Amino acid sequence: MRAVLARIASRPLPAPLLGGLALLAVMVAFTVSPGTFAPYDPLAFDYNALLSPPSAAHLFGTDQFGRDILSRTIAAAAVDLQIALFATIFPGLLGSLIGLFVGWYGGVADAVFGRLVDLVVTFPFLVLVIAIVAILGPGLANMYIAVTAVGWVFYARLMRGEVLVQKSGEYVAAARVLGYSTPRIIFRHILPNAVRPVLVYAVTDMALAILLGSSLGYLGLGAQPPTAEWGVLIADGKNFFTTAPWIVLFPGAAIVLAGLGFSLTGDGLADLLEVRR
Amino acid sequence: MSRGAWLVSRLLQMVPTFLLIGLAVFVLARLLPGNAVMALLGDRGSDEAVARLTRQLGLDQSIGMQLLAFLESVLRGQFGTSLAFRIPVTRLIAERLPVTLMLTGMAIVIALALALPLAFVAALKVNRWPDLLIRGVFQVGLSSPIFYVGLVLLTVFAAWLRIFPVGGYGDTFAEHIYHLFLPAVTLAFSLSAIVMRNLRASILSVIRAEYVDFARAKGLRSRVVLLRHVLRNALIATVTLVGLHIGSLLGGAVITETVFAVPGVGRLMVDSIFARDYPVIQALTLVLAVLVSLAFLVTDLVQMWLDPRVGR
Repeated sequence: MRAVLARIASRPLPAPLLGGLALLAVMVAFTVSPGTFAPYDPLAFDYNALLSPPSAAHLFGTDQFGRDILSRTIAAAAVDLQIALFATIFPGLLGSLIGLFVGWYGGVADAVFGRLVDLVVTFPFLVLVIAIVAILGPGLANMYIAVTAVGWVFYARLMRGEVLVQKSGEYVAAARVLGYSTPRIIFRHILPNAVRPVLVYAVTDMALAILLGSSLGYLGLGAQPPTAEWGVLIADGKNFFTTAPWIVLFPGAAIVLAGLGFSLTGDGLADLLEVRR
Repeated sequence: MSRGAWLVSRLLQMVPTFLLIGLAVFVLARLLPGNAVMALLGDRGSDEAVARLTRQLGLDQSIGMQLLAFLESVLRGQFGTSLAFRIPVTRLIAERLPVTLMLTGMAIVIALALALPLAFVAALKVNRWPDLLIRGVFQVGLSSPIFYVGLVLLTVFAAWLRIFPVGGYGDTFAEHIYHLFLPAVTLAFSLSAIVMRNLRASILSVIRAEYVDFARAKGLRSRVVLLRHVLRNALIATVTLVGLHIGSLLGGAVITETVFAVPGVGRLMVDSIFARDYPVIQALTLVLAVLVSLAFLVTDLVQMWLDPRVGR
């Protein structure tokens, strides 16, 4: 493990990784301090500038209430960043733990898990998430519950596969001979070696989480207005799209750039950490 | 194992899959906060009405009996009556499912029509500008949410240029194709990117593989080599990839149909959520899962037909 890290540290960073991290840095900056970048209050109405096209005063134009689109797009970055993180961290943690468990112990738990995976992949992911949100009710918290309830399976499957590979390694046999406890072997020895592909997958999954979160926001099932979320902003502006396309175009571009940021970072990390996908 | 035996065992696998799908949807439906009776009657129901409906829905039975009753009615194709439309759910879905299937089918055709030639161009010009351009555009495509792509296409090609209708489905088959073209392009985008990426990689690996050198050494012209050796292998991988992504296509159809006002089951699903039309949501979840498992089956069959090693 240490040898791998040393080899990785000695290498130049891949270009996609740098590009991806730069995009994500902008998103983080908007989240940490939206006031520094937003020229206006994102909720302030300006009846003298309704539906005004992009101009020097309003770089991204205004919506039907005269709210500044640039400020609203910046304000929404925090919510979408939260979606990217929460919609991967919760299923990622739960799935990794379960994957560690079934991979290490095998047996009945593993057999049940196998059937469960077969079952979950027959449901269209989005349809299953939407069905659960339909039962729980719309909103961000319920969206996280739904995504966790479905998404853990993919992390567990990945982690299980890695554990199976690591389990047969000589260092695990050595740790056993030394009389280390099972939890110590799992968490101190197996986990650090098995975690790389899961981390890379999680970063790529964050791009998908942004797309999912904004899609649910657009459908009215995710973040609820007046929460500024890019999908919600687009849903707000869609009726004006033919006459005032900037209301939709700029938040949409923000989604694309954020998605690119995460997927480039994921691709770059995969190269850097030598994870084959 | 002979091919016949493989086929039979593959078909038999469908039985537990369908049973598990039924069980999962049943469990999902029981998770409703409160219960279905309250969802149906709201707060207005008198005690008498609640008792009657509870008996009607069989909710006074044990959970095991409820499950059996549910599976039995599913097998008979009965999902109850839609609360919003007041017609049998089965009829509602039967009317709308063909629309979604046609949309998905068109999306697959468009995705392949885009991905196959572009993958060849990208692979043959690897790391030169056509390759970089194609990969760049598809990378952006993969990061674009379906509803955004849909809105942009809708505005440019339907509202501004007026080449396509802004939505709907039309009456004749030709009109269906015309109405579904923009939605299908929208839906095709991400599948196309995934297929292109995969195909490009497999073409590159085949080009560098030894048997292509061998075929060239035999004196076959390079274009013949490419077509005969590359295409066959690449097709098998592509079929698998498309089969695996049927689920995400159907999920994408939910969003596409909402953006373009296409009267398919995806839009029905979203409408049903806001109408709290639980029988429809339950039936649709089940039907879509069954569709995906059927798609997996078809994928396996096509693979068996294309690849002589499968099932031997």
